[in-house]
Amino acid sequence: MLVVNGLVKRFGGFTAVNNVSFKVDQGEILGLIGPNGSGKSTIFNMLSGTLVPTAGSIEFDGRQIAGTAPHAIINSGIGRTFQIPRPFRRLTIFENVELAGFYGQGRHSRAKADASAEKALAMVGLPTNRHATVDTLGAAGLKKLELAKALATGPKLLLADESLGGLDEHEMDQAADMLRKIRDELGITIIWVEHIMGVLMRVVDRVMVLDHGEKISEGLPSAVASDPRVIEVYLGTDADSTQAAAAEARRRAGIQPHA
Amino acid sequence: MQGFLDVFDIFLLEAVINGILLGGVLALLALGLNLIFGVIDVTWICYAELVMIGMYGMYYMVQVFGLPYWVAAPFAILLVAALGALLHFLVIEPLLTAPPVNQLLATGGVLFILQSFATVAFGIDFRNLGIRLPVLAFGEMHFSYSRLLSFIAALIGMVAVYLFMTRTFTGTAIRAIAQDRQIMSLMGVDTRRIYLITSALGGALAGLAACLLVLQYDVHPFVGLSFGPITFLICVLGGLGNFVGGFIAAFVFAEIISLGGLFSDLEWGYVLAFAFFIVMMFIRPAGLFARRS
Repeated sequence: MLVVNGLVKRFGGFTAVNNVSFKVDQGEILGLIGPNGSGKSTIFNMLSGTLVPTAGSIEFDGRQIAGTAPHAIINSGIGRTFQIPRPFRRLTIFENVELAGFYGQGRHSRAKADASAEKALAMVGLPTNRHATVDTLGAAGLKKLELAKALATGPKLLLADESLGGLDEHEMDQAADMLRKIRDELGITIIWVEHIMGVLMRVVDRVMVLDHGEKISEGLPSAVASDPRVIEVYLGTDADSTQAAAAEARRRAGIQPHA
Repeated sequence: MQGFLDVFDIFLLEAVINGILLGGVLALLALGLNLIFGVIDVTWICYAELVMIGMYGMYYMVQVFGLPYWVAAPFAILLVAALGALLHFLVIEPLLTAPPVNQLLATGGVLFILQSFATVAFGIDFRNLGIRLPVLAFGEMHFSYSRLLSFIAALIGMVAVYLFMTRTFTGTAIRAIAQDRQIMSLMGVDTRRIYLITSALGGALAGLAACLLVLQYDVHPFVGLSFGPITFLICVLGGLGNFVGGFIAAFVFAEIISLGGLFSDLEWGYVLAFAFFIVMMFIRPAGLFARRS
């Protein structure tokens, strides 16, 4: 579904993303992890058209999309959420999602936009009434709104910039389950970006690890979590969560820690 | 003594009502400028010159080509709407990310280009439509029919814009885009298209104002100076980009001009209005209705 080849992004003399290639298959959830500044968001920005790659190709559904305008990419079936929710505060919750439903699907009709908005809001568990304002939402609610906006554009591929920082453990689990539900029920392929490993490892099918703009590991969560290069990157920054994730992955794979 | 007060009150009431009528057109002008500033974050210094071109358009269609006023008006509105879109496409879009002062200088340049163009193309003669509308007598008060007509048309224009902004997706997008341009494109919105539509709408409002002002004023290449500066003062007093503030400020200014003119000449009304503005800038530099952030 998505084939990325030799992707490079330089800002002046600084290389943010260096020769990264990967594939995402239909119906898959790919985890994209790495410390802050490892190039995850830069890759997302290139996939969604906000940044033009310095080199490399991005093929989505058989078409080259690298360097295409963001609105055209969204209309071709890619949805995007942001790490920090960016709702339009002067519009109601419904208007926010409705607008995405209208413009994300080729300005079709109000009926279709409203239907998409209602479906998306129900999916993420936000009220579908027309008058609820954005101000009534807390941190978790704003993340749900962000997700509903992306879903309303009718994506085949969802780029979820779901930094779960700021959420408590219960909310993190909910958010993770939500992404799985979106994949299972709507058949939407997902790339999930995160800088901590814990919850993500439980949900994704495959994971790719970035460090300093380069891909250092890719594979099943269990294999990646025990990859020495990955552990080295995360040591000192997030060692506990890495080890916890590794233990969790081993447990899932049926390996006893001290066997 | 009693007789004197009666006469005074009638004049006062007449001036108050004339102020309200004047306020309608000023509010329309302010709305157009506020729309461009609020959405695109650019100030069209040459806004009143677009009005001037629209007035010439009306003059040529009505006086030279003999079209009826009602037929010419929609064409004039379309003409200035197209000019607004063209201004955005040629001047603003290449400067969208430039420092504000460059944008100001560029639209200021367009002001002089339009004035010079009008001088060369149309000459410096004062021209009018040759339409003389009657004066309405209401008891002992007198109101100009053209002012009343302008006031009503300006109100209809503003209501139409309000409905467009609240009832259509394009209008909702226009309201939203001011807050976050990047997010809009990631919701599938072609932001260039929304900006072009906004600019055309701002132009259309200038065009409507031109159709109304040409009933009351002669047109000449520098006619923009008669209401350009006052429109800016209104927008700044109301808080740049604040539609409601601009609307109220337009009526505040119109009343000052009208009531000031009652006690002396009309020109003194303008002097008072500008003095009021300067004082207000000391008291409330961000405008009468600045949002507390």
